Order: sequence, then C-alpha cells, then structure tokens
Amino acid sequence: MNNIFVYCELTEEKLIADVSLELLSKGRKLASDLNVKLEAVVIGSGLKNIESQIFPFGVDVMHVADDQRLFPYTTLPHAAIVLNIFKQEKPEIAIFGATSIGRDLAPRIASALKCGLTADCTSLEIGDHFENKTQAEYKNLLYQIRPAFGGNIIATIINPETRPQMATVREGVMKKEILDPNYKGKLRKVDTASILKDEDFVIEILERHIEASKINIKNSQVIIAGGYGVGSRENFQLLYDLADVLGAQVGASRAAVDAGFSEHERQIGQTGVTVRPKLYIACGISGAVQHRAGMDQSAQIISINTDPNAPINHIADFAIIGSIIDVIPKMIKYYKANSK
Amino acid sequence: MSFRIIVLAKQVPDTRNVGKDAMKADGTVNRAALPAIFNPEDLHALELALRVKDQRTDCEVIVLTMGPFRAAEIIREAMYRGADKGYLITDRKFAGSDTLATSYAISLAVKKLEPYHLVISGRQAIDGDTAQVGPQTAEKLNIPQVTYAEEIPQVTDKHIVVKRRLEQGIEIVKAPLPLAITVHSSAPACRQRVAKLLMKYKHARTITELQNEVKDYTELYNQRPYLQIDEWTVDDLNADTSMLGLSGSPTKVKKIENVVFAHKDSKVISSSDEDIDNLMKELIDSHIIG
Repeated sequence: MNNIFVYCELTEEKLIADVSLELLSKGRKLASDLNVKLEAVVIGSGLKNIESQIFPFGVDVMHVADDQRLFPYTTLPHAAIVLNIFKQEKPEIAIFGATSIGRDLAPRIASALKCGLTADCTSLEIGDHFENKTQAEYKNLLYQIRPAFGGNIIATIINPETRPQMATVREGVMKKEILDPNYKGKLRKVDTASILKDEDFVIEILERHIEASKINIKNSQVIIAGGYGVGSRENFQLLYDLADVLGAQVGASRAAVDAGFSEHERQIGQTGVTVRPKLYIACGISGAVQHRAGMDQSAQIISINTDPNAPINHIADFAIIGSIIDVIPKMIKYYKANSK
Repeated sequence: MSFRIIVLAKQVPDTRNVGKDAMKADGTVNRAALPAIFNPEDLHALELALRVKDQRTDCEVIVLTMGPFRAAEIIREAMYRGADKGYLITDRKFAGSDTLATSYAISLAVKKLEPYHLVISGRQAIDGDTAQVGPQTAEKLNIPQVTYAEEIPQVTDKHIVVKRRLEQGIEIVKAPLPLAITVHSSAPACRQRVAKLLMKYKHARTITELQNEVKDYTELYNQRPYLQIDEWTVDDLNADTSMLGLSGSPTKVKKIENVVFAHKDSKVISSSDEDIDNLMKELIDSHIIG
C-alpha cells in the first residue's frame, strides 16, 4: 500500500530501458522523501539478469511477469497485468516513461482506474496543497511539473483525490543514479496465466522492424543542432561535417524535424530528448521555448543565426551573427588549423 | 450497414507560431492572439479515414469534435475535404475537463453513433501534447487501440492492418474491428478542399449558428438535411455531470508560471575569418573541444 511504482520497459535486447532506470532513480528519491517503498514492474518474456539491473537502483520489491506472449509489447495484456498489480497494491504514485510504450499504456491504465495522469513531466516533487474552496489540506502530494501550451508556460499539476498519482516522464530528464550495487529487494512473480485472457491478444503483430538506436545524442559531450533556419536537408550535411570534425552528434529542433530536414530521433526539446552537453552549437535555431527547455542546461552554448534578435542568443555564450553556410566551413577550417 | 468511421478532431490555438503578443505581461497566454486551427495530427487522421472511404463504396466518415460553438469551423473544414457528417459536443458544463473527463464525454458521443467500425484521431493535440484522449476513449469504449498509425494498408469488414510509427522503427499489426486508432504526424498529409464539396457544404451550420444567421435557412435545410451539424449537450449525452468539467477531472492545475530563462551576457561575434579563428582557439584552449 502507498508505495511508489515504476513501470520498467524493455529494449529490443530485453534489457531494462535507460528511461526506466532514470525513473527508478527518481522514484528512489521520492520513496525516501515519503518514507515508503520503491516497487518496479517488469513485463516481458525470457527475462534474464533482471535483478542485477533493477535492485541496485534501490528497488524494494520487483514484480516480474514473464510469459512468452508478453514480448514484444502489446497494449491489452500489459494493461491487464499492471491493472491487476495496481488494484492489489494500491500505489501512491505510478511513473511511466514518456515513450511509444508508456504513452500508449499509461492513459489506458489511468482511464480504467479513473485517476489523474500528467504527460511528459520535466520535474517531479513532493509538496502540500490547500484547497481554498473546500478548506481541505493535502499533505505530500506529487507535484507533476510540465511545460504546457506549446512550452510557453510551466504548469504544476496535482491529483489531490485519486490514487495512484500517475505521470509520464521523457527520456533524459531524470538522472540515472545507482543507489547501492548490493541493494537487495524482494522478487514477486506474477501469475500471468490467471490474469491474461484470450481477448487480451486480439491484436496480432505481423511485422516488426525495430533498430537499436544508433543515434545517441543524449550522452554526447558536443551537440551540433539545426533548426528551420538551416533551410534544407542538404544544408544539414554541413552540420554533419562539423560534427565529424569535432566528434559530436547532430541534433534538431522540432521545426527542422517537421520540415523533414532531420530524423525524429534527433529531436531536442520538450517533445524530444533533453540534453546537457559540454558544448551546444545551435545552427539556425530561433530558440522557441520548447526547444530551449531541452538544452538550456548545456555548459556552453554557441548560436549561429542571421537574426541578431533571435531568442536563442539570449542564452548563448557566443552569438555568431551570420549564415551557417558561411560560418560552419570556417569553423571546420580554423578548428583544424588550431588543434594539434 | 455502412462502414462507419468516426474521426475525433479538435480545434486548437496554434501554439507552434506563438508571436510576441501571444503572451500577456503577467505571463499568461493570450488565447485571443492565437489563430484557432484544425489540430494538425487530426488532419492526418482525417486523411487516413478518407483513404479508407476511397477504397469502399459503403463508407461513411463522421467528424466528432468537442469545444465551444466556433469549433464547428473544423467540422465544415472536414466536410470540404470529404467528411459526410459532423457532430459538435458543446456545453459549458464541459469547461475545465481534463483528459479523463474529456474521454468520458467523447466515449458517450461515440456510443450514440453505434454501430461504428473505427474511431480515429490524431495522436495528440498541440495545445496539450498529452496523447491521452485517444487511448482513454478506447478504454472507456472497451475496444482495443492501435496508436501512432502511419498507414492503413488493408481493411476488411472484420479486420484492419495498421502500420505504426514507433520511436525506433515500425510495426505492422492486424486488429479486429471495432478499433480505436491514433495517427502519427508521419502519416500522409490531408488532401486539400474539394471545390464541389465546398459548394455542397458551405451552408452547413449548427443550430446555434443558424439562430445567429439573418437569412432563413429552413427551406434549404428541409431539402438538404445533411447540412445540419448536430450539437450535443450534457443532456443529449445523458452524461453524469459529476464526471465532467472540473469535478470530473482528477488533475488540478496548482500553479502556472511563465517560462523564464536566465539571460546570459552573450558575446556577439561576426562571421569574419578573424572572429571565427579566435573563437575556435578559445574553445580549444578551454578544453571544451579538441
């Protein structure tokens, strides 16, 4: 009762996904703040070495549903198992990754339990609330903090009455931190046969083409990101050229992705990944709030923009006023000339 | 019996093009300064629905939206592109609904339109970006869901094949009908207005709009009943008001803050060879790169 639950999703290699480990790290802190237990839910098939991946994050109880029908993920059987666990265990808080899977599963669960769910939180905190209308006082609620209205405002959402308090969180927002490599929790096996029904398997997967992500901008120390101002997919090649020379990764703003200049996997910002590199070079990015929310923690920011008044320049350490077509080749040239 | 597709669509403020006057001095959003548009991914959903209609002779595409009276604009827009009929769920009692209360109201309206084969909507709306209403509506209707659809390669009376766009690839699934589908932005763009349909539906109105018209449309509507956009209120849906609006919404907004980024003292430099040379030297010397 009243514990914190994290739904842990699996990668194609059946390892616990990074985003889930990040959420376990955050869940551990929340559990310690509230003096409750942290519980993990792992659903899949042929699960191996799960304990050694999960328990070091300070997980007290791990629920494991291992059944050959449960991998790859489909909505209804995973929802049935999560609902079964939640109805028995009555969590205080339940967190999911804001991924293809988490954003498919969490709303289905919240609807069935008639409880509140906040999508894409960028911060989770514990706090109190006083409701003026009813004079009711609530202690230790989950503050679900997220950008709203296209990222132009930051909203703090609470669920005073319903439990669990549910939230999804994007990859890269929380920091992955092992609590204790020798931490020992309890393992609870879920009896899948008694929960799953034939009608949970009405959706049949005919084909899957999933590639392990080759693009890993989240962990890159230097990121060259392009926006709509880059102008074309061809011009994006300049960014790759600079990235090759600097050993960097290429990222993109939502506008650049929407315009087809870059792949969705490279999107940085509120609806993409959050990054904190040593150096962030923003090329032709005006700096909409949604984008800045995903990169403003970068240690150094260089902006290349033809518009001296672009909002990105206000948070940049260096604002180069000029066109990327002119500037990037010069950066490559003088980097090569000056580095040993 | 016709093959019935219900498209869920939302009219949204265009948050992608927020200008300077869109934010008030106190940090709140000036909705009036933002144009109201057809939610982009809902247009992709409409296109997938119309493509199914293109392949079948018995298909009917119904647009369902929830919002204020002016949201009828997007129903007409959908009709100009090929939708057959529209319903507007509108009532002050819906105000303040979160995704749970919204999906409750929508599910009641969808049930009034039974028997249906597909409920199809955009993955998410750009004013909230939650992507919750599609799956929550599916749960309330007790039907399966397929999210992030990009293409519908095959439809029969009983089954549908959907290609899904996931973060790291694609998945092709076969699902029984009725089914709820949410559509990803990578799906084909919606077709443009058709001149013939624009002529056919330009006088389509809701009751409320008709009451505000100077001209009398009674005779026209008797001849062309398809012009009627029905309005459904809480009473029409026989909804439990405790599950609507603020009282039916478990999530509450505790606080709204303007987004403030700390301004840095930026060093503004030109694109001259000298400036770029000096910058690269500085970055290398401080071990940021190299």
